[in-house]
Amino acid sequence: MSSRRRRITDGEINELITKLQSLLPEPRRRNTNRASASKLLKETCSYIKSLHREVEDLSDRLSDIIETMDGDSPQVEIIRSLLN
Amino acid sequence: MQALHFLQALARIARAAPKPAHSARTRQIRHAAYASMAHSSRSSRRTWSRALLHRLRQRQQQRPGRLLTVRRRVRIVTPITSRPEEPARAETLRQLVPGGRGMEYCNLLEETADYVQCLRAQVQLMQTLLDAFSS
Repeated sequence: MSSRRRRITDGEINELITKLQSLLPEPRRRNTNRASASKLLKETCSYIKSLHREVEDLSDRLSDIIETMDGDSPQVEIIRSLLN
Repeated sequence: MQALHFLQALARIARAAPKPAHSARTRQIRHAAYASMAHSSRSSRRTWSRALLHRLRQRQQQRPGRLLTVRRRVRIVTPITSRPEEPARAETLRQLVPGGRGMEYCNLLEETADYVQCLRAQVQLMQTLLDAFSS
């Protein structure tokens, strides 16, 4: 509807879809017809959600570890050495 | 830069005194994770990274004084003009990628690829730190 939208070629879309395919964890077929493009988007959505959950889970576990840390903990040394 | 930013944030969180409650600290760490992603030099010019930073700042401003609980990121669904030329699921993707709703489809795919790469790097970083701290 908007006339501002530039004409995007199918080639460009396919290229980006291929790129997204390569980022997903499991190997997929390489053809990029419309049906598999939709499937790829679905898998990408699932993958992003699972990554969000992992960030949540890892934050929780890091919080556990930090709870037990004090000034003398070896973990603090690790952080210090990584920052220098 | 993503790693450095996150480590610095983690060090600040670890030093905080008095020690916050576990759930508050988890929230701070998660915040630091997403902030580090958005600040990484590769991504700072991306639409998703600006949208993410904006959202993080908004959340910070709402937070002070409230009892803190860990909650999943909740998306507020606003009316969106339908885009029939896009494959199905593009809409879901728009909701998952920060700033996705306003993007052209082509940009959405590009931003998604960048966002996924950043997310993966952040997850790997956090896992590596956990392994280092647990050994």
